[in-house]
Amino acid sequence: MLNKYPLWKYLLILLVLALGLLYAFPNLYPDDPALQLSTQKSTAIVDEQSLQKAKDALSKANIDLKQAELTSAGGTLRFNSGEDQLAAKPVVAAALGEDFVTALNLVPTTPDWLSSLGAGPAKLGLDLRGGVHFLLEVDTPAALKQRLEVSSSEMKAALRSDRIRYRSVDVEDGVLSIRFLQESDLDLAETLLKRDFSEYRYATLQDGSDFYLNVSFTEAATKEIESYALQQNLTTLRNRVNELGVAEPLVQRQGSNRIVVELPGVQDTAAAKRIIGATANLEFHLEAGLDDRGADIETLTFRDGSGRTARLERDLIITGDSVSDASSSFDENGRPQVNINLDSKGGKQMSKVTRSAVGRNMGVVFIEHKSRSRFVEKDGKMEEVRRSYSEKGIISLATIQTTLGNSFRITGLDSPRESSELALLLRAGALAAPIYFVEERTIGPSLGAENIKLGVSSAQIGLLVVMLFMLVYYKVFGIIANISLALNIILLMACMSLLSATLTLPGIAGIVLTMGMAVDANVLIFSRIKEELANGTPNQQAIHSGFNRAFTTIFDANITTLLVAVILFAVGTGPVKGFAVTLSLGILTSMFTAIVVTRAQVNLVYGGRKNKKLYI
Amino acid sequence: MKVTNIPFMAMRKIVAAFSLVLILISLGSLATKGLQFGLDFTGGTLIEVAYDEAPKLDDVRALLGENGYTDVVVQNFGSPTDVVVRMANSYTPTLGDEVLSTLQNHGETNVSLQRSEFVGAQVGEELREQGGLGMLLALAIVMIYVAVRFQFKFSVASVAALIHDVIITLGFFSLFEVEFDLTVLAALLAVVGYSLNDTIVVCDRIRENFRIMRDTTPFDLVNESINQTLGRTLITSMTTLFVLVVLFVAGGEAIHNFSMALLVGIVIGTYSSIFVAANLLLAMDVKREDLVPAPKEELEDDLP
Repeated sequence: MLNKYPLWKYLLILLVLALGLLYAFPNLYPDDPALQLSTQKSTAIVDEQSLQKAKDALSKANIDLKQAELTSAGGTLRFNSGEDQLAAKPVVAAALGEDFVTALNLVPTTPDWLSSLGAGPAKLGLDLRGGVHFLLEVDTPAALKQRLEVSSSEMKAALRSDRIRYRSVDVEDGVLSIRFLQESDLDLAETLLKRDFSEYRYATLQDGSDFYLNVSFTEAATKEIESYALQQNLTTLRNRVNELGVAEPLVQRQGSNRIVVELPGVQDTAAAKRIIGATANLEFHLEAGLDDRGADIETLTFRDGSGRTARLERDLIITGDSVSDASSSFDENGRPQVNINLDSKGGKQMSKVTRSAVGRNMGVVFIEHKSRSRFVEKDGKMEEVRRSYSEKGIISLATIQTTLGNSFRITGLDSPRESSELALLLRAGALAAPIYFVEERTIGPSLGAENIKLGVSSAQIGLLVVMLFMLVYYKVFGIIANISLALNIILLMACMSLLSATLTLPGIAGIVLTMGMAVDANVLIFSRIKEELANGTPNQQAIHSGFNRAFTTIFDANITTLLVAVILFAVGTGPVKGFAVTLSLGILTSMFTAIVVTRAQVNLVYGGRKNKKLYI
Repeated sequence: MKVTNIPFMAMRKIVAAFSLVLILISLGSLATKGLQFGLDFTGGTLIEVAYDEAPKLDDVRALLGENGYTDVVVQNFGSPTDVVVRMANSYTPTLGDEVLSTLQNHGETNVSLQRSEFVGAQVGEELREQGGLGMLLALAIVMIYVAVRFQFKFSVASVAALIHDVIITLGFFSLFEVEFDLTVLAALLAVVGYSLNDTIVVCDRIRENFRIMRDTTPFDLVNESINQTLGRTLITSMTTLFVLVVLFVAGGEAIHNFSMALLVGIVIGTYSSIFVAANLLLAMDVKREDLVPAPKEELEDDLP
């Protein structure tokens, strides 16, 4: 018998390999360190003029620019080295001014004809390119509490307007409890509130001479509020990250109440954390009248450090959530101010309240939600206890001259920086619930570069060692296996690039490990062929049954390993996921190259002649 | 490599005793010393900085102590110029930055941040749970697959071999107090995959031989199968070990423990695929009838 593939099989293999080469090719082009220019404002655009400005500033500072180009997202300035890139950032930022955002980035140098085919290099993980990784936890109980507090103002207003008398309203442990002196008031209130506030569960309680109406969220409402809080926070974080001007950021939900934020290339973690984690918001309150009752007013200090205080009503007019746009500027006296536009609902509410309050004072309160972690021993284990608190301070207290509408301004801010940060936060939106940093990883760029260097060099050495061994041990068949191994790596890289999978350091280790294991299939086949030859089987028959009989073994062994790799992917995070990806892709590609490609080569070399001696 | 004829299964009692001793030592160490869990699992803060000139670690400790950071571990990381500072669970969002600026402001040489990590205590705990769960899930799925493709006895034998490998590798990490972090967990799962691969190859040969060698006793048949696959087992383990040694030596500090776990695991895995799985199969009295269905009796043709 002769071992031959039909022509179409050879052609198919060649086609797959050609595609593999094509899509693996971009990885040979190293990325350029670059500055990404973009803008968040409608008034400024990145154009030839701004590029020219940047170029002039760079040549003045003696920094070599490799290339400057306009892209759909803004502009890109490419540099020859990372040092040039770092030195250029402040220069360019100063030259272009505040309206532009400059971000460090690595830009692929894939030739146009390749990128037009959808080919590009594999993405590098944070451990290889440097950057920051945050894992944030959304405090959903706080979101529920906030929502309950807003409702408590609305309920009080509803009770007052229907002239139902109540003694006090308290919010505690997710329950809003309203105290009445008369049972008839309780009944009236229950009917009214049940009609107007249907997302709540109501329970009545009698304690001594007092009657209580306990209001809490239904389960469905709780779920909805929690998922809304998470969604809202995701949107807000995306907006904030965009305002930071980071190239290729990742903001992603993880599990039921966590959010992952990855900012490649960012080095100033403190600044990134300040903007991302800021839970500042604004609240607008009327100043309390002199004869108002004690429980409904709150005495707050001014934020300017003067020690002045003012008494404000607890009831809210609106919060910063109703702000649709905000920008910072200066008033006629050169003091910083923030111009605010409200959405229609907020505008209506504002004008409704201010119409009947002309002549009274309105306070703008700046709130920051913060938390402290303490560790207490509980059942012999240290447990983390978080206590959240908020810092409130009055930014401004001004007389309402006329009914306020959709747009107005607030003054009384300390500095231009404060006004622009406040505008940024109002624009990007407030966080619907406070967030905590539960995990944080920063990898410096030099460590990333070193990791790449080590990973690549150990992959090269590993490849060399395996190839030498195969050559010595299996001679001609060793050469064939080595060609298959090389093609396997090319195919693996092509798959990584096509799936735009992220390459991490453990991922590189996975590739190296795959190399060791990829020859396994060929070892299995070759040992079978040797065995057959030792049994006196003719050459062609030995090759044929060697491949056939090894196949089920290879299949079973690889499928089980693949199962484990998939589980690894499912439970792993970050770098471990990267390892699982390269391992599973490596198993798949190695099955193709070790079985099909090796067979094709063996057929080409030995298949045609009957009794050629096998060098194995 | 010629097909050898080593009486592996004649040594089965000695080998079983050896495995048992290793497992007992491992379990003993895990029970008394436990694992040296890394930051990923315990939570805490870590900073790695690079000095231009190698500092004295005592000086660094003293400097941090003066500034109120008392409960810290200061170590070199890979090279004398690289220093890692670890702090237990006393997290404030700015701790990492504070320590960094303390180090930067008080020395003559330049200090640059290589990486800083913070993991919340709760996250660490969840990771530990997830890791253990992942491991169990992997074993369960493998057991089902092998039971379907082979037979129940084979699935028990191969999973027992895997558990054997995992326990001994964990024992190694516990005994020598090597840090156990997320990458080591990944390596451990890779060992499961690899060792399984090896075991399946041996089992596959046993299955095949049961079909073709009609008159051999299970004892001789298993022995023969191991000898037939020995060449392949050793060559594959060797090529894999070559690259792992390269990774261990040249891969850098970040994947040092990762490659160590794989090295240990694969040595154990190779051993277990030769000795442990087959040994258990014999102990469970594996028979030809387990794999080759008994010849069907003539069906009575009672259909119209």
